[in-house]
Amino acid sequence: MPDETPPLEQESVDHVRIRFAGDSGDGMQLAGARFTDASAIFGNDLATLPSYPAEIRAPAGSIAGVSSFQVHIADSDILTPGDNPDVLVAMNPAALKANLADLAPAGTIVVNTDAFDDRNLARAGYETNPLRDGSLRGYTVIEVPMEKMTREAVKDTGVGGRGVLRSKNFFALGLMTWMFSRPVEPTLEWIRTAFAKDEAVVAANTAAFRTGYNFGETTEQFRHTYQVKPARLQPGTYTNATGNQTVAWGLVGAARAARLPLLYSSYPITPASDILQELSRLQKLGVRTFQAEDEIAAIGVALGAAFAGHLGVTGTSGPGMALKSETMSLAVMTELPLLIVDVQRAGPSTGMPTKTEQADLLMAMYGRHGEAPLPVLAVASPAEAFDTMIEAARIALKYMTPVVVLSDGYIANSAEPWRLPDLDHLPDISVPFAAPDGEAKFMPYRRDPGTLARPWALPGTPGLEHRVGGLEKEDVTGEVSHRPANHQHMVELRERKVAGIADDIPEMRVDADDGAELLIVGWGSTHPAIFAGVRQARARGAKVARAHLRYLSPFPRNLGEVLRSYPRVLVPELNRGHLLRLLRAEFLVDAVGMNKVQGMPFKTIEIEEKIMEMTRP
Amino acid sequence: MTDTATRTYTRADFQSDQEVRWCPGCGDYTILASVQTFLAEAGLNPEKVVFVSGIGCSSRFPYYMSTYGFHGIHGRAPAVASGIALANPDLSVWVVTGDGDGLSIGGNHLIHAMRRNLNLKILLFNNQIYGLTKGQFSPTSEYNKRTKSSPTGALGLPFNPVSLALGAEASFVGRTIDMDRPHTVEVLRRAHQHRGTAFIEIYQNCNVFNDKAFAELTGKEERLANRINLQHGKPVVFGANEEKGVVLAGGSARLVDVAEVGIEALHVHDEHAPDPAPAFALSRLSHGPHGPTPLGIFRDVTRPAYEDDLQRQMSTAQSGRGPADLAELIRQTGTWKVG
Repeated sequence: MPDETPPLEQESVDHVRIRFAGDSGDGMQLAGARFTDASAIFGNDLATLPSYPAEIRAPAGSIAGVSSFQVHIADSDILTPGDNPDVLVAMNPAALKANLADLAPAGTIVVNTDAFDDRNLARAGYETNPLRDGSLRGYTVIEVPMEKMTREAVKDTGVGGRGVLRSKNFFALGLMTWMFSRPVEPTLEWIRTAFAKDEAVVAANTAAFRTGYNFGETTEQFRHTYQVKPARLQPGTYTNATGNQTVAWGLVGAARAARLPLLYSSYPITPASDILQELSRLQKLGVRTFQAEDEIAAIGVALGAAFAGHLGVTGTSGPGMALKSETMSLAVMTELPLLIVDVQRAGPSTGMPTKTEQADLLMAMYGRHGEAPLPVLAVASPAEAFDTMIEAARIALKYMTPVVVLSDGYIANSAEPWRLPDLDHLPDISVPFAAPDGEAKFMPYRRDPGTLARPWALPGTPGLEHRVGGLEKEDVTGEVSHRPANHQHMVELRERKVAGIADDIPEMRVDADDGAELLIVGWGSTHPAIFAGVRQARARGAKVARAHLRYLSPFPRNLGEVLRSYPRVLVPELNRGHLLRLLRAEFLVDAVGMNKVQGMPFKTIEIEEKIMEMTRP
Repeated sequence: MTDTATRTYTRADFQSDQEVRWCPGCGDYTILASVQTFLAEAGLNPEKVVFVSGIGCSSRFPYYMSTYGFHGIHGRAPAVASGIALANPDLSVWVVTGDGDGLSIGGNHLIHAMRRNLNLKILLFNNQIYGLTKGQFSPTSEYNKRTKSSPTGALGLPFNPVSLALGAEASFVGRTIDMDRPHTVEVLRRAHQHRGTAFIEIYQNCNVFNDKAFAELTGKEERLANRINLQHGKPVVFGANEEKGVVLAGGSARLVDVAEVGIEALHVHDEHAPDPAPAFALSRLSHGPHGPTPLGIFRDVTRPAYEDDLQRQMSTAQSGRGPADLAELIRQTGTWKVG
């Protein structure tokens, strides 16, 4: 063998999946997010999947305390964070142990060797050191003494004590930035802004980042770097945003489109709290937030604000959704516009609060006492949430009804490029308030004959004084009524009002191959995995049709017709068959389910293989 | 603040056309009359007034008023009312609740409303029983009370609503009784003048399920012996000839004969005292109520109302740093152009 290392090669790849993993105090979410932003600015398409423990600080070095962030970057449109990472950055033995099974065959592992001491190995449950015992044969292992290098890098920056090792995530980030030929300036700029209050920290993080970058360049461990070219995305201005951000911004957009003040009333709950936090810093935009004493008060306040003429919104996750159920029925009875955002997480009960699931659909549809139908919409991805929030508000206001919007933990925390809409030309979804019409007595339940909506009469308006409430009301007059025929009439009226929305929403569109006999129907956050799985199966010759539901109540008018035109219907869901039951019950089609409840999204390969299996002649 | 009317109103202007359906002889009738009288006297425009209630006999109240009204669900009236007050600070928002609605199922909302100090007027009709569900013990029923759901006696101590309100940081706390309409009207007037949350406990007789619960304060003879009318800046005295008084010692209130201790030794009531401890001590004089019981304004202190604080934050934000519109907000998180 020649004793010279071969010259550095730059390998061009169309996509790569990288997972940063470490202890929850190691700053892996931050490293992943910075890598993502640099990639976004570079122009790659991307998708991310953060995964963090439910405990804020699980014991250091333990498997339970492992936090990770996966990012998928590509030169073409991609949809998912990728099934298996190509590169794993492991900051300690626990991170290696917890993530190794996911690593792609012959994948690359970059390890922080300084953390592989006896104590950390024992905490992770390793009996022997995997770096020495040969168990990592088959992978490319790059050993880097990250702590030693970081210590050296920051020694003159004024940061001391325990602060020194805080910068090691920037060392890892610098190394990955070099390895994947990312631009350095966005990260350096971010460090300057984010830590502007502490010069020493700026200096330490900058030094660690540069040292990591330079380490890649000068060490002989790396045979080549990778180049992922910018993607060809639709022309426009893009930002990289998580679903919780785009939901929050969508609410601001909806209030603007409705010409109404926004009041967001909520109680902290994972994974919905970010929406409250994001909106709470927007007072300058006229946004009011209210952190209530509990979930029930949160929706009560939103409903009260709606009665008084605001766009009232509450947000929560499954356990809170259950608590809000009684007030949702009250909103159905009082026929007031109200948005309820449920960022679903794995249940039942506290379940796995930081993990995703779609098992609140039937609760959103039916989880109320009495006959209490209301519209239900689902967000399919971070990039799509903004429009969905405006659409939900449009329906709530036009039809005077509470509307549930389902998101989930995956959408909430993962980020993707979002092409900005024209914010100066949002649709006008405003509705008129009731005005005195000269009649002696105001009729709060006299309906618009087209929409069946009742008038929205604001307290403070002379001549429209009226009472609403949970007791059944007489049609037109709104007076309390226990008359049997009136109750039947009102129950049917409320049902007809919601059902009628089907005429005011787009028909179901199907992305179908000619001759396809299999239809895949999804809803919510399974969109990217289904889309990518279908694409892969098509590349292998499968003929398949695909439809994704944004409107779950009411369904699009033509859904029955669409379902019945395919001999086989597959419904992949992150639950035990909620949409499946709805479709079978409503349309009498023999649809089959594909169900996963592991707190994780579908992998593309899972959908792809299922399609191949179902389309095999 | 609520606009005052340019025309004058009478009680009838605040009566709705709905038939009042409380049991004949219920204390709620007199409270309804007192509230309507007060509103007419205060000259409030009916369209600027909103009554919000929960569930229970008292919570039917909004239907009998000609103002705006929201009959909510059990215990949640303070939440709905808070939303209304936040959305429109020009409204006069009144919560009508009961001992079950406000102190049992809705206890959490009630204490947080008082802590926050939104501009709400909370009327808690305390009849010490569940009336609408026909006679179970409530969180203000006396210890060991035998009711339909406690045939062998109710366990646990009852709440003292005034003590609770004082402990929950209420900025205004009053107590009155259904039968005394002028006193009720006066306490309502003071609550209306107060900016922030005003809590009023109204002793209300349920003549069907808990008759004469307040007889010690309404009977001709008993009334003279037991009713302590709190008056700001005056020594706390009571009795037919004001021969009895209250002294404060060691943090507790104690009943004394004025002749024995001298008038100078008596506690002088101060509604505006920053420390709620003396008012709390007065609230502990009676439970049930049995024996001498204070009525009137326990506490009335000035503190920023939540809406006013929020408005201040919103105004400060307008001139402060940060994105001025949605486009700028999104741009600040970093954008790039394609094509």
